[in-house]
Amino acid sequence: MKLIDTLQFASGSLRGSPTRTLLMMLAMSIGVAAVVVLTALGEGARRYVVNQFSSLGTNLVIVLPGRTETAGIGPGLLVGQIPREISLDDAQAILRSTAVKRIAPLTVGAATISHDALNREVVVLGSTADLLEVRHMAMALGRFLPAGDLHDTTSVCVLGEKIRHELFGNARAVGQWVRLGDRRFRVIGVLASQGESMGMRTDELVIIPVASAHQLFNTSGLFRVLVEARSRDSIGQAQHEAEQILFARHNGEKDVTVITQDAVLATFDRILTALTMAVGGIAAISLAVAGVLIMNVMLIAVAQRVKEIGLLKALGAPAGQIRKLFFAEAVLLSGIGSVAGLALGYAGSAIIGQMYPSLPVSPPWWAVLAATATALGTGVLFSVWPARRAARLDPVAALAGR
Amino acid sequence: MIKLQNVCRTFIVGDQKVDALRDINLSFGAGEYISVMGPSGSGKSTLLNLLGLLDRPSSGFYLLDGGSVIELDDEQQARVRREKIGFVFQSFHLVPRLTAAQNVELPMILAGIPAEERKARVQVLMQNYGLADRTDHKPDQLSGGQRQRVAIARATVMNPTVLLADEPTGNLDRATGWEVLKLLEGLRERGITLVVVTHDAEIGARSQRQIHMLDGRIVSDERSKV
Repeated sequence: MKLIDTLQFASGSLRGSPTRTLLMMLAMSIGVAAVVVLTALGEGARRYVVNQFSSLGTNLVIVLPGRTETAGIGPGLLVGQIPREISLDDAQAILRSTAVKRIAPLTVGAATISHDALNREVVVLGSTADLLEVRHMAMALGRFLPAGDLHDTTSVCVLGEKIRHELFGNARAVGQWVRLGDRRFRVIGVLASQGESMGMRTDELVIIPVASAHQLFNTSGLFRVLVEARSRDSIGQAQHEAEQILFARHNGEKDVTVITQDAVLATFDRILTALTMAVGGIAAISLAVAGVLIMNVMLIAVAQRVKEIGLLKALGAPAGQIRKLFFAEAVLLSGIGSVAGLALGYAGSAIIGQMYPSLPVSPPWWAVLAATATALGTGVLFSVWPARRAARLDPVAALAGR
Repeated sequence: MIKLQNVCRTFIVGDQKVDALRDINLSFGAGEYISVMGPSGSGKSTLLNLLGLLDRPSSGFYLLDGGSVIELDDEQQARVRREKIGFVFQSFHLVPRLTAAQNVELPMILAGIPAEERKARVQVLMQNYGLADRTDHKPDQLSGGQRQRVAIARATVMNPTVLLADEPTGNLDRATGWEVLKLLEGLRERGITLVVVTHDAEIGARSQRQIHMLDGRIVSDERSKV
């Protein structure tokens, strides 16, 4: 029997019971679609996080006070303990490394900002002119903090777009004075609206020179130092040299942590990839269920078509041929089911993508491949038994319908 | 042509041994017309199944076209069934989802014959059997006589050596039954050996050779002169 005839005969018997065939294909396609949609969501979440990290800056090395032993995020980062502070001079010293392009020291605090009768609480970020480049921020109006000595306590500030709107509305903001805590600052610029980035809304920030922030909050330590390496290749060197410089300045005490953006990113990447695979694996269970369903229905089909099988044997079909026919049915079923499932899954992902435009939803290729392979695999695997049962039927009994 | 020698067939039913065929010795020539008669349970269907290689004897020899076919494996026996043996059943055994033409085509599909040749042979056969206007009908749209004619077309499309018919007129009314029988008898002109199992003595009387069976034995083997 030719392959094309086998396929035609199998598709004919599938068409012979359309309801059953459609239901089995539905089960198969729901399984495949579930894998596609769920892994697309997981992959979307992963890429979202990766994008967020990239928008933080490129080739970044982050220096934070305190020592944690893990490569990723230590508890120190999360609770913000400061065992020994990093001073402005420490930050300045990091620039001595040849691998470092520029740095941006960071101090964070909260203060009340007021203009005329309007006031609100804001997050105040103390930094330097280089922050604009290091953090990939853009200006909407005016200019950013002036370059100059780290210790300059100029009374200028840059507002986030939302703060500007709330304090000034449609009036001109640049050049106006605002009060931050007990000091007055002149507005010299407004940040371009960027949306959220790693939990920090630049729209609701006020940025002032780092030395002014130290005075305002009466501190001298830094929350973070963002270090930008010269290139991707020099990230490791920058990390190492920043550590050495700071250890030397702290009398050899290893009380700072220098992490690379890549290390943090890699951790997130690993966690989220594992999550995606887990979710995909759970969805794949539904594929196995669909496989069992196919086996069940195939067994019923064998029982219902006993006479036909007997006839085929009498007409000269060897056992192997009968097996092939049932195999072909299973492959067709799960093949068409998976194609329908893929279409369904991609459609579902597209709809989710429409609903949450910020989430880059797209099913990863390995999941699509795995879902299709699992569907075909279970289809074929679970048809082995029914096919063998059909092939082993005694033709005399089968023809008699027994 | 066909030779059975000391053939026995024993079934085990529960813990009892049932001898369906006891020491059968038979030989048929090409183009012979044989009817096998006997009450139910006499072993005539078992004999037919053995002749059609649907069943294997417990002991004895079976030579078909000079070669022994008992030792053949499943694949080889299937090939013999495909090429040398045609079956006609009492209940027609047409595949309900296939059209008349597709049912006739089925043995050729199993034999791997190319589609164009299949179409041509089906057309000729349907024409010969008066089914030309029924090619695209499903079995449930055909009368009993038409169904059996489709089944005969299917059984002969591979030009078999022997055609085995198990009560071919059992589900048909008398007039239609005679028509079908005439069609079967006409096949002898093509050198096909025809073996008909029947209850009906009147049908049996039409053949040149009548075999009577009882309790798995051949009790008489008569040749009438036509």
